[in-house]
Amino acid sequence: MIPQFLWDHAPAMAVAVPLLAAFVCPLVGKYTATGRKAWVLLAAAATSALALFTAWRVYTLGTWVYVFGATVPALSVPPDSGGIPIRIIFEVDAMSALMQVIVAIVGFSVILYSLSADGKRSGLEAYYTLFLLLIASIVGMVSTGDLFNFFVFFEISGLASAGLIAYRVEAGRAVEAGLKYFVVSTLGGIFMLFVIAILYGQYNALNIAMLAERMQFTVLDKIALVLIIGALATKAGAVPMHFWTPDAYALAPSSVTALLVVASQASLYGLFRFTFTLYHLSLNAATVGWVLILLGVFSMFVGVTMAIPQKDVKRLMAYHAISQTGYMLLGVGTGLAVLGNQGMLDAFGRMAIAGGIFHIINHALYKGLLFLTAGAIIYRVGTRDMNRMGGLGHKMKWTMIFFMIGALAIAGIPPFNGFASKLMIYESVYLFNPVLAIIAMVVSILTLASFVKVFHSIFMGPQLPEYEHVKEVPAPMLLGMGILALLVILFGLFPQQVVDLLITPAANALLDQSGYIASILGGA
Amino acid sequence: MALTLSTGSGFWNPVVWLIAIAFVLLVVYLLWRQGEAGYNRGSAQVKPFISGNPEPAKKAVQMPASNLYWGFTEALSGYYARVIPAHTGIVTDYLLWVLWVTAVLFLLVVIT
Repeated sequence: MIPQFLWDHAPAMAVAVPLLAAFVCPLVGKYTATGRKAWVLLAAAATSALALFTAWRVYTLGTWVYVFGATVPALSVPPDSGGIPIRIIFEVDAMSALMQVIVAIVGFSVILYSLSADGKRSGLEAYYTLFLLLIASIVGMVSTGDLFNFFVFFEISGLASAGLIAYRVEAGRAVEAGLKYFVVSTLGGIFMLFVIAILYGQYNALNIAMLAERMQFTVLDKIALVLIIGALATKAGAVPMHFWTPDAYALAPSSVTALLVVASQASLYGLFRFTFTLYHLSLNAATVGWVLILLGVFSMFVGVTMAIPQKDVKRLMAYHAISQTGYMLLGVGTGLAVLGNQGMLDAFGRMAIAGGIFHIINHALYKGLLFLTAGAIIYRVGTRDMNRMGGLGHKMKWTMIFFMIGALAIAGIPPFNGFASKLMIYESVYLFNPVLAIIAMVVSILTLASFVKVFHSIFMGPQLPEYEHVKEVPAPMLLGMGILALLVILFGLFPQQVVDLLITPAANALLDQSGYIASILGGA
Repeated sequence: MALTLSTGSGFWNPVVWLIAIAFVLLVVYLLWRQGEAGYNRGSAQVKPFISGNPEPAKKAVQMPASNLYWGFTEALSGYYARVIPAHTGIVTDYLLWVLWVTAVLFLLVVIT
């Protein structure tokens, strides 16, 4: 039933298809705008299908090692290589597969939405080229088993994101936001390049599995770890390295912002991948775990408190994105802090990690949805200023319903998906340190308060005369939002199924360093 | 049970919540049914009654976003007076924050 080339090459094709489609996009767009739309949609659908197929195979058959240019795609260590995995290698385990599921769902939804929301703008050839490049880079970041490749995809992601943030110009403000993102992202890239130099200089390898096997945790390795945390926590938007986030998220087109959330999560994936898989027990788990926890707590609190006084709807949502990243850092950081203590790891550490990972996919769904609803509102009223909005619930009922679903989910209100992952984080973190769990709960209450304000300001109140002729957004935009809203509800109604199917295998993969190493080096 | 999420030290079943919501919706429906059905749309019957005073312009009764949670931000004014100015919007400040945090991490991770 499934063609052989898919069985053999799907992980590579999930990167190659959007990459090729990106560079063909200007050519297609030169002749026909409708053809370009069809091309972009087809490329997004094909990429999502490939990513979902890869994830399905990984969840069914286990880690998928793909070696570029090898006679056999799974031949990670050729007999004449001296035991070194010399080629470019993708290693897709359950954690990587989960990230691919996220890219597949959100990537397709936002492209569908964008074709209608941004369809009448100029410069769409470059826009969709960058859009597809961003998708390719995210898939690459979460698939690769090689540090240098991670850096390459990290840089592609930064360049494509900066271009997309600056796309609308907005009297220079979007360009400024794009430039800021570019500068901060470049600093992260330089950090990663230093990491590569440090590790290659010591271990003569850049394959993550090989580096993990040889890791000594010397002073240089510690410096590399600090640079990794600095670079990837900045790109993930953790406080106090979050300053680029509100600028970039607010001024990028909303479909781009929804995808930027996933790009930030790919950096978070990198942070977790390197701390757990590359360093694992060789690092001082308690110290590094607490570093992640503190970054998480600062992110949660500063993010939500900075959101409350905002009047720009997208800037407000950007601060909430920072706040939600804090939950992921808190959950996974707690698991990392007890990594060396098997009793505590089994008692609550695994659940904390699972909660943090579950929150990654939940956040991608509801925050993507919220940014798309914000985009729908801006599409119709032409402003991001909530002081100038009101009464839109009379005319934009579907958008209002989708917003309510996203808002209740982010606030952790049952039965939506945000509640399930937050509950896992609260209960497990409470056993580790009750104060941290209480802070997390207070932040959720403040999140709800903040979104009550947004809901009231935008949708409630009498119908304002200037918005008398406002109508609901076009069907493709509603469909894009609808896909995400449906998944927010389903993940909330069937949380245990999602945990069993997607989350627990991902958490186990993150903890199983020896399995990750054996998948590459065990094939020698 | 398939719908029950196990959290290690507790559990969560969305069905319970759905039953509660269904019950609340039923109560809401029963209350709504008690309302007057025979009113005239567009007549004075559906206009807001403000003790006989004329209805203000729609814009005048809309509560803008900036006015909400004034008490909260005022109570935390000391906190906001420090945190908001830190968001300068200047990219070199952003870089400095990254470098400062990296320096602190360096002390924490390398020395411990």
